[in-house]
Amino acid sequence: MTEIFGIPTQALFGQLLIGLINGSFYALLSLGLAVIFGLLNIINFTHGAQYMLGAFCAYLLLNKLGVGYWWSLAAAPLIVGALGVAIERLMLKQLYKLDHLYGLLLTFGLALIIQGVFRNEYGSSGQPYPIPQELTGSRNLGFMFLPIYRAWVIVVSLVVCLGTWFVIEKTKLGAYLRAATENPQLVQAFGINVPLMITLTYGFGVALAAFAGVMAAPIYQVSPQMGSDLIIVVFAVVVIGGMGSIMGSILTGFGLGVIEGLTKVFYPEASNTVIFIIMVLVLLVRPAGLFGAQK
Amino acid sequence: MRHQKIAFVLMVAFFALAPLVLYPVFLMKVMCFALFACAFNLLIGFGGLLSFGHAMFLGTAGYATAHAAKVWGFPTELAILFGTFCSFLLGIVTGALAIRRQGIYFAMITLALAQMLFFFYLQAPFTGGEDGIQAVPRGRLFGLLDLGNIWNMYLTVALVFLGGFLLVFRIIYSPFGHVLQAIRENEPRAISLGYNTTMYKFLAYVISATLAGLAGATKAIVFQLASLTDVHWTMSGEVVLITLLGGMGTVFGPVVGALVIITMENYLAQLGAWVTVVQGAIFVLCVLTFRRGIVGEIANLIRKPL
Amino acid sequence: MFQLKKLSAAMALALAAAGAQAQVSGGVVKIGVLNDMSSLYADIGGPGSVTAARMAVEDFMKSSKSKLKVEVVSADHQNKPDVGSAIARQWYDSDGVDAIFDVPTSSVALAVNQVTRDKGKAFLVTGAASSDLTGKACSPNTIHWLYDTWMLANGTGSAIVKTGGDTWFFITADYAFGHALERDTAEVVKKNGGKVLGAVRHPLNTQDFSSFLLQAQSSKAKIIGLANAGGDTINSIKQAAEFGIVKGGQNLAGLLVFITDVHGLGLNTAQGLILTEAWYWDLNDSSRAWAKRFAAQNNNKYPSMDHAGVYSAVLHYLKAVAALNSDDGTKVIAQMKKTPTDDPLFGKGRIREDGRKLHDVYLFEVKKPAESKGPYDYYKVRAKIPADQAFRPEKEGGCSLVK
Repeated sequence: MTEIFGIPTQALFGQLLIGLINGSFYALLSLGLAVIFGLLNIINFTHGAQYMLGAFCAYLLLNKLGVGYWWSLAAAPLIVGALGVAIERLMLKQLYKLDHLYGLLLTFGLALIIQGVFRNEYGSSGQPYPIPQELTGSRNLGFMFLPIYRAWVIVVSLVVCLGTWFVIEKTKLGAYLRAATENPQLVQAFGINVPLMITLTYGFGVALAAFAGVMAAPIYQVSPQMGSDLIIVVFAVVVIGGMGSIMGSILTGFGLGVIEGLTKVFYPEASNTVIFIIMVLVLLVRPAGLFGAQK
Repeated sequence: MRHQKIAFVLMVAFFALAPLVLYPVFLMKVMCFALFACAFNLLIGFGGLLSFGHAMFLGTAGYATAHAAKVWGFPTELAILFGTFCSFLLGIVTGALAIRRQGIYFAMITLALAQMLFFFYLQAPFTGGEDGIQAVPRGRLFGLLDLGNIWNMYLTVALVFLGGFLLVFRIIYSPFGHVLQAIRENEPRAISLGYNTTMYKFLAYVISATLAGLAGATKAIVFQLASLTDVHWTMSGEVVLITLLGGMGTVFGPVVGALVIITMENYLAQLGAWVTVVQGAIFVLCVLTFRRGIVGEIANLIRKPL
Repeated sequence: MFQLKKLSAAMALALAAAGAQAQVSGGVVKIGVLNDMSSLYADIGGPGSVTAARMAVEDFMKSSKSKLKVEVVSADHQNKPDVGSAIARQWYDSDGVDAIFDVPTSSVALAVNQVTRDKGKAFLVTGAASSDLTGKACSPNTIHWLYDTWMLANGTGSAIVKTGGDTWFFITADYAFGHALERDTAEVVKKNGGKVLGAVRHPLNTQDFSSFLLQAQSSKAKIIGLANAGGDTINSIKQAAEFGIVKGGQNLAGLLVFITDVHGLGLNTAQGLILTEAWYWDLNDSSRAWAKRFAAQNNNKYPSMDHAGVYSAVLHYLKAVAALNSDDGTKVIAQMKKTPTDDPLFGKGRIREDGRKLHDVYLFEVKKPAESKGPYDYYKVRAKIPADQAFRPEKEGGCSLVK
């Protein structure tokens, strides 16, 4: 059996794969956070709960309405995104004139409410959600078993992340968005409906979280706790990547996932903390993050 | 000032008489959390810095005290001092890392540092992981007062709490405290007046960390247990909730907030996860419509600081 | 004259003292059922344990026609030692609870064990597994009623090693229970000539086992020992299938599996699993009758061995309280140890000085789907391990109560 650095290839590639999968979720979620923060200057603490809502949406759609995975991939982000729009219109709007910390506290409170309600209904254990028929099974690649669904996750995340980046950085709509971040009044004076754009952007960020939730449902169990510990790691990813940088969060998300996976192979005890350690190091050297602009 | 004196007398009277009616261990928990919140409030209410990782100070002191009392056989008062000292050191290290940034960035960094520490404590053998450090001896205070007796323990906790409270009060109304509030209002102007604002903020952070540690150390002795709950980020969220509800930037707010929140948790405990929902709802309501908090609203009504 | 006065005074005092001692505190015997009501162990104990306790109180009152007043209260310890010990403390100090039952999650059980000892009450632990409860943490106020990690290791572990599973890798829940189970099973493996190739620890209530399973896979151990329980075991087994663990030639050993876990897994996934339990509803007529009564009050969910344990423990406890006419914890526990046990579920047994209750245990194998006639018809008996061999010998535990 072949070995690289003394570790059997099966173990190495297996953990790398898991690292890429985790990285996909980090990237998707930090992308949503970066989009929301970039435009609204609000840390959306509810992001983890909205991720969980996406997964539960898929679960409920399947178990109550018989709607399968493929439809849920579209439906759940729309439903949860609509909820996000409601949150923004009803609550976040009132906080824009205040210290940004209030936005953080509000979204934190919302996250507690959403998680609490679901924990009451479903307890803390996970609900099972089946892998869609078309994606079950694994391929024996010789050096490891590759579960097909997990490969699918990586591919789709890459596509969605790069697609979002493209829209924001390379299209006219994205240009308006970026301009509105810099100077909302001026952009408004040009006739662009800035409040509507802000609302829809928040909704889009939330929809991204819900989309990640649907993707996560077959792999990680659908549980009310699924977002809460994940979100803090994602915050660290966003801080490392640079708070407003889209490409930064994508690259950092995938990269940190891989690093975490490698740590699990060579030094498993540190795997939980390695992302935070990197964050501390980055902050010492580049306080604005790896790709962030000095503000 | 007179109103504050009246409020202080009322507070002392409450904690002196309440144990005759209410469960003393419950009141000791309130006092520990009130001290924790007072320490936190010093940083946010008067320094303008939202630390989202304050649990790391509560928990570190708890583990240090529990370990010192149980494994090293420290006398109780030294164990508590040791725990507080450990939080002081942690405050210096994390403060040096975090204080360079402001506002949201500061909150995120403290959150991530606390989470890093959580995972470290989860793995480290001396903390006992999920089991925690159990059977921490209460011991005898100064070799004389047997803290196994509930009244001795209560008196000790009350003295620690009142001492910490008065210390925070003194700091707020000292020249240091005034400069701190000036920095909170308008940092560039404070800098232009020649103040080393970074140093002031750093000092406030370290003092806050140390007092939070004192609360954690005392709590470990009262409950004879140090566990992961005290370093989890939900504990950081809880102290924010307590301070927000009580009234950020008021002197008595944290105490009132602690009383309300701990009481609520006690009564709703049978309803399981509804506690989390109620906490979240209080957060949302406070941020949207009740930003001054309970004591803040009262202070606003009588137009005097509380 | 003087002598008579002294004598009668002494007698009066003695009678008064006896009368004062032999009294139930507060006039009510309060039983507290403390367990996980909402998380990964909620099906094993949960509200079902409260039902079992109530059934035991009813049956006791009916059969003994006792005049005792008995109340049952319950609470959720959320698998956290600080929550569990705070509830126990409050129950004992200000709510008048006399005895606590169930308490799964060994870290909580150890904390409650300590509080109970400090306050001189009674603790009948059915849910937790750590064999330390009758070892270095043994106490005159605690009886370990149902099963423990030593019994599991020597039941399941020993059986698997003897059929050729001689290299092991452990996936362990990272708290008192997991450590104890891994330790006890590793000893059995080594004693029978096997080798432990490695172990990995995971946090309690983990949702994603992929990384741990991969490590187990790369160790090439013949047996992957799951030193965890409840939802964690279910997730480990389900996800192992995804990574082709069994296809790759390794076998999973569920060191602690309850019938509720098998129900959660489904027979398709669980078939062939070998496990040790102290009770099964389909063992004999009286266990079947009780299970049907229980299911009727429990949403048609059949009882786990924990529910049976709570029933049996409450019965024996009430018998002891009635005999002494006192609910003083230390005295009642001593009385329970003096009296042999006998109940419709576990039959005859006894309790040792170190607090270990003894009864026969069974090695089961999970049936194939075709062999099962209906829901909960999941086990076939492979062997019965008699009481005197099932549990760790009293002298080996390191308990200070054993001379």
